[in-house]
Amino acid sequence: MRLIDILATASANTFRSKLRTALTIIAIFIGAFTLTLTNGLGSGISSYIDKQVNNLGAKDVLLIRAANSAGSSSSSDAPKKYDPNKKVAAIGGFGESVTVLTDNDVTKIKKTAGIKSVQPSRNVSPDYIKGVSADKYQVAVSQFISGSNLDLAAGRAVDNNATANEAIIPVTYVSSLGYANSQAAIGKLATIGITDGFGQQHSVTATIVGVQQRTLAGGGNMITNPALLNSLYTEQEIGLPKAATNSYQLVSAKFDSHYSDSQITALKATLKQDGYNAQTVEDQIGTFKQVISGIIAVLDAFAVIALLAASFGIINTLLMSVQERTKEIGLMKAMGMSGGRIFLLFSTEAVILGFWGSFIGVVVAEVVGRIADHIVSTGFLKDLVGLQLLAFPLQSVVTIIVLVMVIAFVAGTLPAYRAARQNPIDSLRYE
Amino acid sequence: MLTPASAISATGVTKTYGKNASLFTALDGISLDITQGESIAIVGKSGSGKSTLMHLLALLDRPTRGEIKVGGENAAKLSGKQLNSLRNREFGFVFQQFYLNGNSSVLENVILPLKIAGMHSRARKRRGLEVLAQVELEDKANSKARDLSGGQKQRAVIARALVNNPKIIFADEPTGNLDSATGAHIEDLLFTLNKEQGITLAIVTHDADLARRCNRELHLKDGRIQRETSGVRRRAPRGLQL
Repeated sequence: MRLIDILATASANTFRSKLRTALTIIAIFIGAFTLTLTNGLGSGISSYIDKQVNNLGAKDVLLIRAANSAGSSSSSDAPKKYDPNKKVAAIGGFGESVTVLTDNDVTKIKKTAGIKSVQPSRNVSPDYIKGVSADKYQVAVSQFISGSNLDLAAGRAVDNNATANEAIIPVTYVSSLGYANSQAAIGKLATIGITDGFGQQHSVTATIVGVQQRTLAGGGNMITNPALLNSLYTEQEIGLPKAATNSYQLVSAKFDSHYSDSQITALKATLKQDGYNAQTVEDQIGTFKQVISGIIAVLDAFAVIALLAASFGIINTLLMSVQERTKEIGLMKAMGMSGGRIFLLFSTEAVILGFWGSFIGVVVAEVVGRIADHIVSTGFLKDLVGLQLLAFPLQSVVTIIVLVMVIAFVAGTLPAYRAARQNPIDSLRYE
Repeated sequence: MLTPASAISATGVTKTYGKNASLFTALDGISLDITQGESIAIVGKSGSGKSTLMHLLALLDRPTRGEIKVGGENAAKLSGKQLNSLRNREFGFVFQQFYLNGNSSVLENVILPLKIAGMHSRARKRRGLEVLAQVELEDKANSKARDLSGGQKQRAVIARALVNNPKIIFADEPTGNLDSATGAHIEDLLFTLNKEQGITLAIVTHDADLARRCNRELHLKDGRIQRETSGVRRRAPRGLQL
């Protein structure tokens, strides 16, 4: 029997007992549908996270902190010896302290092989920001890391080389600061208030050049260019002792953008030996991604369990089919059909069941996913612009269909084997 | 005069089932020679071993002892693939219970052996219609097999047995399920094929009339050949009792 005839015969046989076939396909459908949805959720969320990583910073930037060696909260550890080169800043909280970086550290990091440039991140704590409305609002700032890809609602990224003060405000500030919409805020001046070491409040003005979309992580800060940060810092520094001004919690360092993953790992290891804790932006968000992946993996496991249950449905259906068609099998064998071809015929039927179940499952999941996506993205997740909760890349859809077909094939081997080894005489005598 | 060539021969064929205490001998040292173009009836009561003998001759089963030769070749030496191909190309089967797939069309049922042989769709359809015309069933080609009457079903079965131009047709109680008029029609059809196309007929039956129309009758009892009658009553009018 030629393969095309096997395929056609198997396909026709599959739909001989319509109700039974439909029920089996439904069982497979449920598994494939669930698997597609969980998979879609996984890819949707991770592509969103990837976008967020781009938002947060460039790929060739390491965020360096001092390794948190002092004042360990572990009570069994002996206290660390005093080191005049290390500063310990107590950051509130019970028993918590953080080692900060000094100018010496900055120089040392700069000398590390592979580091191209270093930019200490100054801690600036402004009191308020004020736009055209009369009210003042609390604000936190962070510095723009050149090369990062911000998700902007309007305007452009700040210019790190500009001498003028430039700022990007979060989209949530737009109406509070008194602007009609994001576009209207662009080019306007905002006033930022900051208190110096003597307790005196100064104000600094900056041009709003961009409005940033709400993001999942790291959002809510006003993003400044170095010029604005420096002018804020200059005001804040007034009246502070020299030692206090030369401390940074965070230093961002650029490395060669052509570095491979292993080179980056090596660079991080080198910095670690020197007592610094270096992380790429991806590392920082990686934990979050891991949690999501873990949840998706559990959901996937449930879908696979559903598929396993469905595979018993396939076995059952085909066993009944083999039983019903005992005589037919006997006849075909008497007419010279080989056991191998009989096996192929029945396992093809299993694969066809798998194909239809998974195909319908994938299509319905995609439709349902798109509808759910629409509801969610215009509903409670409306602020997370750019979030596509469910993504269905062609590759993973094809993978699911193939996977289900393989499972169906494996399930079909037992009935197919039974059919194949049937003795033609016994089959013909079978009542 | 040339001696006609042997189609199938059996030498000392024994078939047993089970072991030791439950050993059952279905056939016990059967020897026979079916020559090409003859018609032979294997007659016997149920349990006499006639079906077992037919299965062995049709190479659907292997004898416990003894030898079966097809066209002078020892069947035991053939591989499974060769056996399948031999049955597919040279044998035709007619069974009492038809074994038609009721949901498929008559034509689909008839061309099944050609499909198994791997013939292309158009060629096998053409051949299928040809044999359906031969059994006067061409107008039913596209009907579902389940919609046929008993006689039509058996004609479809004969068409299926003929479709691969077999050298020999094995028929197991071909008229068993039919009323006598329809049965007679089917018999006529089989003997016409035998006479006109020289197809060897091996018919298992307990119908004495049918057996009498064959060249030879082989009477089996308890797995042994009880007696063999040949030729004499070949032209005896139907219905004449012994």
